[in-house]
Amino acid sequence: MESLKDKACIVGVGESAFTRGSGKTELQLMLEASANALNDAGLRPHDIDGIVGPPLGASAEHFAANLGIENLRYSAYVQMGGASPVVALQSAAMAVALGVAKHVLVPCGWNGYSVMRVSSGGGGGRDSAPPGPLGGTIGDYYMPYGAIAPVQWYAWIATRHMKLYGTRFETMGAIAVNSRTNAQLNPHALMRGRPLTIDDYFKARWISYPFRLYDCCLETDAAGAVIVTSSERARDLKRTPVYISGVAEGHPYPADDIPARPDPFVIGLTFAAPKAFQMAGITHGDIDFAEIYDCFTYVVMLQIEALGFCKRGEVTDFVTPERIALGGELPLNTHGGLHSEAHVWGINHIVEAVRQLRRECGERQVKDAEVGLVTGWGDFGDGGLAILRR
Amino acid sequence: MALETRSEYKLPLPPMRGPAADFYKFCKAHELRFQRCAECGTWRHIPRDVCAKCGSFKFEWARSSGKGKVFSWTVTAQPFLPQFAPMVPYAPVIIEMDEGVRMLSWLTDVKPEDLQLGMRVAVVFDDVTPEVTLPKFKRAVSQ
Repeated sequence: MESLKDKACIVGVGESAFTRGSGKTELQLMLEASANALNDAGLRPHDIDGIVGPPLGASAEHFAANLGIENLRYSAYVQMGGASPVVALQSAAMAVALGVAKHVLVPCGWNGYSVMRVSSGGGGGRDSAPPGPLGGTIGDYYMPYGAIAPVQWYAWIATRHMKLYGTRFETMGAIAVNSRTNAQLNPHALMRGRPLTIDDYFKARWISYPFRLYDCCLETDAAGAVIVTSSERARDLKRTPVYISGVAEGHPYPADDIPARPDPFVIGLTFAAPKAFQMAGITHGDIDFAEIYDCFTYVVMLQIEALGFCKRGEVTDFVTPERIALGGELPLNTHGGLHSEAHVWGINHIVEAVRQLRRECGERQVKDAEVGLVTGWGDFGDGGLAILRR
Repeated sequence: MALETRSEYKLPLPPMRGPAADFYKFCKAHELRFQRCAECGTWRHIPRDVCAKCGSFKFEWARSSGKGKVFSWTVTAQPFLPQFAPMVPYAPVIIEMDEGVRMLSWLTDVKPEDLQLGMRVAVVFDDVTPEVTLPKFKRAVSQ
């Protein structure tokens, strides 16, 4: 069977400013990021002929109209919450590998601070369920019992893991501190200049047990964009091509209700990870760094188990501050992640992985980075995995 | 609890649409019922149109024993909507029913810090408004 391995490359990446109060629309933020990605790639706006649109905020046609794309040959959407950007790479890679489109733009962004603020119910006193694939479950069965926010839903998985396997708060804290430490080396990070200690982690207020404040990601007005083309075309462009060596998506079962899952630790990534590793033809030891979707600290740990870096129940021993630090065996969220750089639905994880592989990361550069992985997580545990190499 | 004390009930209510409306209608009659496949007998919740096991479209609303055990929980300290401010901390708890299905609810008589995996519970019905009854759970005395 034909494989997508190394058939497509990421050739441009960009972001908007990361702020708490953009004063712009989601589309404006994403166009700003797209313009930066185009500039990075050395492409002109109308070179784009495919768009994998964002899960919210604007349509592919909005982008085409603004960018002067008179002949949009491919448009698609991935509705997987925070897994959407990584899984969009799969769709984009298929499109360019088959010649359906030549240059595919993948934008994503939102006003996660000034408009859709999750910590206040997602948008100014809303007392009905959100739109989207999960709205029915949330409105009908969760909201009457006050389960409104992602931090609560994923806490159910975390609580059970802690009680069954002795998973420790110290591990969760180590992930929060690691992200913040890396952010000190990232000029784009919102939390640069605001270091965090493990004591700070334990002293912070509870949000929803077992999650304290620093278990939770930021809320940000921010956008990112990446451009995907075929590997043949990529070699003609100005940047070091970053190859999509393995990519896959997966969904937990059932995807739309967490309590009903026979095994709550089987997540989308459980299915995606072996497929992407097999496609790339590499093993875990080949991975030089990992950008893992970090809406909440434990969700990173759940994904580390699903990725197969350790067995179920062992993540609390696997994740040590030394192992996940820059210079460690598995540098984790080298930009600071959603915790300390910005919440950009994980497209910033892709942007960071590309920059690491192009060796543009300055003080936080992973030495001799050749292969990295990026995960996405969203909508109750949908997952995506991209294995990238230079 | 007497209805008049609930005239100011401010928490979100289920929108009473589709199959969820059927589920809550039984609750109003103080019956906990879940869908069960009329062909292969598999219980399911949340409600679905088709049996995921055998593909049958036929189902019944079968009466639950009302008994189950604590599967997991969170203890929410931050009010994500203003009307939850007087409630915090509260614990949305996943209950695994003896029939095998799981549902989200609250325990009425267990403090969040006393929750344990596997704690036996039994359903109680809380008539939160004249129209809506929510199934909740209390600690079961015996197995």
